[in-house]
Formats: sequence, C-alpha cells, structure tokens
Amino acid sequence: MIKGLAVLSFSFLLGMWCGQLLGAWLAINTNVGGVGFAMIFLLLSKEFLSRKGWWNGELEFGIEFWNKLYIPVVIAMAASLNVKSALSSGWLAIIAGILPVLLAFWVFKMLTGKFNPTQR
Amino acid sequence: MSELTQVIDKNGLIVAFLLVGLLTWLTDLFSKKILSSRIPGSAIAIFLALVFGYLGGVLADGEKGLADLPLFQGLSVLGGSMFRDFAIVATAIGASFVLIRRSGLLGLISLILGIGVFFISGVAIAWMMGYRDAVSLCTIGAGACTYIVGPVTGGALGASSEVIALSIGTGVVKTIAVTILTPVLARKIGLDNPGAAMAFGGIMGTSSGVAAGLAATDSKLVPYGAVTATFYTGLGCLVCPSLFYLLLKAIVD
Repeated sequence: MIKGLAVLSFSFLLGMWCGQLLGAWLAINTNVGGVGFAMIFLLLSKEFLSRKGWWNGELEFGIEFWNKLYIPVVIAMAASLNVKSALSSGWLAIIAGILPVLLAFWVFKMLTGKFNPTQR
Repeated sequence: MSELTQVIDKNGLIVAFLLVGLLTWLTDLFSKKILSSRIPGSAIAIFLALVFGYLGGVLADGEKGLADLPLFQGLSVLGGSMFRDFAIVATAIGASFVLIRRSGLLGLISLILGIGVFFISGVAIAWMMGYRDAVSLCTIGAGACTYIVGPVTGGALGASSEVIALSIGTGVVKTIAVTILTPVLARKIGLDNPGAAMAFGGIMGTSSGVAAGLAATDSKLVPYGAVTATFYTGLGCLVCPSLFYLLLKAIVD
C-alpha cells in the first residue's frame, strides 16, 4: 500500500515541481498546471511499472484509496468556502452551470453526426 | 463536556473525516431510496456542503465557511489545497493508455471541444453578469468546466474566496444538469454506442455527472464515458490557469 502511495507522491511532487517551473517561466509566480503534469507522470509511472511487472493490486490500492477520497475532499472544501458572498451573485452559478450544458449537448450531436454516421 | 471539546479541538482532521463520512452516508441513502439514484449522492453531498458553508458563513462571519466554527475547523484541512490536489492526481489512475488509444481521435477532439465550449460560454456569462477582471472570468469559466477545475484554477491564479466558491457552485450545478439531462436527451442526440459515450464523456467532462447520467441511460456505456471524462479535469487544470488565462488576459487587458 505504502509503495503505491510513494509512487503517487513521487508523481505529485514531480508534477508540482513542473507546474512551479512553468509558472516561474511564464512569470505568473504560481503553480501552473501542476496537477495536470502530476497526472501525466502518474500514468507514465504506472505504464513503466506495469511493463517491468512490478505493478500489482497492493500497489494500486494505495493510489485507489486517494482516488476514492477525492469526492470527500471536494465536499470538505465546499463546506469551508465563502459561499455566503458567492450567493449574492447566485444566479450566475445557476445560469453558467446550465446554459453551457445545453450548448454542449448540441455540440455533441453535431460532433457524432459528423464522425459516426454509419454506426447508428 | 470540556474533555470532549478538547478532543475535538486537537483532532480536527479526524472530526472532518467523520463529518464528511456521515454526510456522504446520508446523501447516498437519500439518493438511492428517495431519488432512485437520479441525482448522484456525491452531487447532493457537495450541494449540501455548500449550503452548510453558507450557514457557517452566516454564523461565524468569517471567510472559511463552516470551518470558521471551532467544531468544524478540520474541514479546512481536509478540503485544503494539499489534500485536494493530491486526491485529484490519484483519479488519473482510473484511466489507462490502452483505452485512451482506443478512444482515439474522437475522444481527443471531444475533450478539446468540451473544455473550449464550457470555458468560453462560462466566461461569456460571467462577463454579462458584470465580471471584468481576467482572474475572476477565468476562474468562473473553469468552474463551468468542472467543480474541480474551477477551484484549482482560482487557487493558482489567486482568485478571491467568493469567486472560487462561485466556480464550485457553477460546477455542481453543471454536474446536476448533466445527470438529469443525459437520460432525457440521450436518444435525441444518438448517445447509444460506446464511441458516442466516449465523445460524450469528453465533451461533458464532469466525471460524476457523466457516470451517473450514463448509468441512468445505459449502464454498459458508463466505463466508456468515464475514460474520456477522467481526462477532462486534468486537461482543464492544465490549460485553464495557463493557456486560457493568458489568452483571456490578452483579450481583457
């Protein structure tokens, strides 16, 4: 379990470092895309370890645990946010949450119509 | 009683595990028994957490929502940026290179298209509602992608707590909208085969919304939608605070 966690931590730190470097390079002085980089490193690590035959269920469990924990973390985060002030412009959240979804359904229909005409 | 208070004060993070666990338990039960899983338990839990955050803000008059109350202070640790980013990275494990290759061009196009559509329309709506600074616009646009891309982007760009909360609220509304609308519109938009489900996951992005929506449509389609949806948040976290922010900044300034 702890080995999987170590792989995850390694990917995480490496990704965060890249994000920090990219941020410094772009002169924004914050972490830019560190999470995304870390995800890529995690997938590459998994691929590498699988090829070597070192990947196993025990290893995966350490990462899977955190994978499952992400919704609880988001719940905790939601509860510790300044929702009170956000609600003063509450309609924005509702409109910006629903309108793009309707638009995306339309885009999806266009996309599959173009790419998959024979499959249906 | 003072002994219990001491224990709670010293073990904030453990208290947070208990609280979030209880909330998830109740909302899962509510989702299954009363709504027959039409809205995923996690979406309800996040929504309720925002409500509690609001109540906490009213009661404590602070900036950290419910976590400003001593009893709930551990929530700001569990929901802090370290745990948040760590857990998000771990979700990448659900995807595999083989399946990505199989989803191929259509999945990639749908991912880029999906992030673009949600980001641009989110920014446009925020602009219409009176936001003018690039950081807030970018954070809300990212929130229109998912409730994770929003706060990650906002955190990276140093957006205010209110704007970050707004971006999460937007993302949660999106998750609920996708969950409800997917089974309703599936037939009309031709969402009835694995290839279409992959494209759908890429365009909609919200993993829980896509998974729940597809489960209500045809449970065989769930893994295909989830494969591409997993990448949406990672890709969004990569491009929103970097490329999209720089483009937006160039336009706004």
